[in-house]
Amino acid sequence: MGELRLMKGNEVIAEAAIRCGCDAYFGYPITPQSEVMETLMARMPWEETGMVVLQAESEVAAINMMYGGASAGRKVMTSSSSPGISLMSEGISYMAGAELPGVVVNVQRGGPGLGTIQPSQADYFQATKGGGHGDYNLIVLAPSSVQEMNDFVDLAFELSFKYSNPAMILTDGVIGQMMEKVELSDFKPRWTDEQVEQFNGSWAATGKKPNRERAIKTSLELVAEKQEKINEGFQAKYKKMQEEEVRYETIKCEDADYIIVAFGVSSRISQKAVDVLREQGHKAGLLRPITLYPFPSEIINQMADHVKGFLSVEMNAGQMVEDIRLAVNGKTKVDHFGRMGGVIATPGEVVDAMLTKIIGG
Amino acid sequence: MAELQIQDIIKPENKVYGKSKIMTDTPLHYCYGCSHGVVHKLVAEVIEELDIQEETVGVAPVGCSVMMYNYLDIDWMEAAHGRAPAVATGYKRVNPKKYVFSYQGDGDLAAIGTAETMHAVNRGENIVMIFINNAIYGMTGGQMAPTTMIGQATSTSPYGRNVDINGYPLKITELVAHLPGAAYVTRQSVHTPANVRKCKKAIKKAFENSKKNIGTSFIEVVSTCNSGWKIDPVAANKWMEENMFPFYPLGDIKDGQRDSDEKYSVQKLKK
Amino acid sequence: MAKVKGAVVVDQECCKGCNLCVVACPEDVLALHKEVNSKGYHYSHMVNPENCIGCMNCGQVCPDSCITVYRVKVPVAKD
Repeated sequence: MGELRLMKGNEVIAEAAIRCGCDAYFGYPITPQSEVMETLMARMPWEETGMVVLQAESEVAAINMMYGGASAGRKVMTSSSSPGISLMSEGISYMAGAELPGVVVNVQRGGPGLGTIQPSQADYFQATKGGGHGDYNLIVLAPSSVQEMNDFVDLAFELSFKYSNPAMILTDGVIGQMMEKVELSDFKPRWTDEQVEQFNGSWAATGKKPNRERAIKTSLELVAEKQEKINEGFQAKYKKMQEEEVRYETIKCEDADYIIVAFGVSSRISQKAVDVLREQGHKAGLLRPITLYPFPSEIINQMADHVKGFLSVEMNAGQMVEDIRLAVNGKTKVDHFGRMGGVIATPGEVVDAMLTKIIGG
Repeated sequence: MAELQIQDIIKPENKVYGKSKIMTDTPLHYCYGCSHGVVHKLVAEVIEELDIQEETVGVAPVGCSVMMYNYLDIDWMEAAHGRAPAVATGYKRVNPKKYVFSYQGDGDLAAIGTAETMHAVNRGENIVMIFINNAIYGMTGGQMAPTTMIGQATSTSPYGRNVDINGYPLKITELVAHLPGAAYVTRQSVHTPANVRKCKKAIKKAFENSKKNIGTSFIEVVSTCNSGWKIDPVAANKWMEENMFPFYPLGDIKDGQRDSDEKYSVQKLKK
Repeated sequence: MAKVKGAVVVDQECCKGCNLCVVACPEDVLALHKEVNSKGYHYSHMVNPENCIGCMNCGQVCPDSCITVYRVKVPVAKD
């Protein structure tokens, strides 16, 4: 049993980073996630593990510092909230293009623009469809508890190094700000220089050795045919993710006629709604995607053969619902319920939406 | 004694100057007479002389020198436009023993990347920043740069840079020299053999500084872009001497180390 | 007493004919050839090799690293 603590989601992100052997965090303050860097600065991990924590001059600089640290074959991360992630999108695209690993945490707030500082899930498209320019995808993990804020930091690093691709933890202001019991991970030491060479020496810019070609971490290829080949490589990688990395949780789905699909905080609200619906005699279930990219399309497609309808519950105008519709492919009814701008839906609203849009609709 | 034949002189033991071993065999894609080539080989010569090929990592910019990584046989990172100092910072912070240098043009370093430039130097990052100022955007076809001279015609200031519309040429090197994190700030050129030798000394000092943890070393090289300026390389050098040097004077602006933090420390806030 | 004799080898395929070495040479050793290389550049070459003192100016200003310089000390016979 690991160390049990009562902590905020944002604080746990920081603690999990230190404990999983992260080499550097580069960030910039923005509500509602500033506790991540505040916790790190107060913890002074450079004294303990040698981890670097640096407050950058902007989100733009922070993500490019990650590009530098990742190029060295090191475990680097950043965190921000929606407007800051927009600023980072350029750098994330370059990292995806240069096949660099790294973890980006988005503690979402309402938008567009400055929007609100209250929780939201309106960055689903941005996170799961790339976000920046070009054909690329991030590995996107959606925690729904403070415990998963702890667990997914290490998982995100593991997947991002496995696929040489940036990974995102897409969470929201609720999970970031709320306190829950958490079992912290055990400490893993940071990689030594020798381990970096051993694990990542084949691609990282660790200094040109006489026995290898120089490492060039770039996203540039001016010959169209060569760039296309590189893109085909990316697509093959994403296909492999879709085959091997889909993660989801099902609750009361075995006999369900009606399925709510929800991630993050919406899944917790929806879980309550499932109970209420069952009390009312409706066989409801919850499918919670844990990886938003790769999306659990296959299980949804299989469920669509026998369920009577899906309701996508998201704190946005209807984004994930498009992926559900693609997965269902017309086999059954699909609708969306969401609140926007930082408003959190209640279980009662979700129950009503299910009754009116799916069951009675 | 018989007259010495050329074949007798051209022997390996008599070689006094040649291409650096750090330069690759890839032909430079630059236009004829471009200053980039000279500065590239000076960096290569310094890396060779200090014997730090395995410990050096470069950050290439966006601009004409975007493919600099094809020319120097070291490990490289290719940064987004303007972000080289942030990329260099990220690398250096996780690998403090390495020599890290960024190489940027005027649009990259002094327009889109101004924030990254100022803050990297202000933090006193122990990196080398090389800044090629040729007063134009070369890669995209000769548009006005932040450092374009007043009255200088470019494709986006076809009647000459007009201060009422475009403001003034930016002396970013002077701004950088004011920052307490700077150790060494100098402005050089490579248009004559003597200036090439001076510039190489400056680059060497900058690399040596980065091992001493004394702050950022920043080298501006006032350069030509004869294609962008639409004149030949020799005339470009002359134009640069007559028009750019009075505004961008050559020489060291700061030479020492970053300021002591005691100079600025404050008392603790008390309730 | 010794005098210094030099010689320059230009990689003619690499040369882009920018003329900077020609201008940098204090002894008028170099000039651009009237012939062109495979890329169409009038490459630099020695026209007055006997004047070369191996000062390296040409090599140092060459943007394309295509000049190699050699130098020897030649003893001068006393009268």
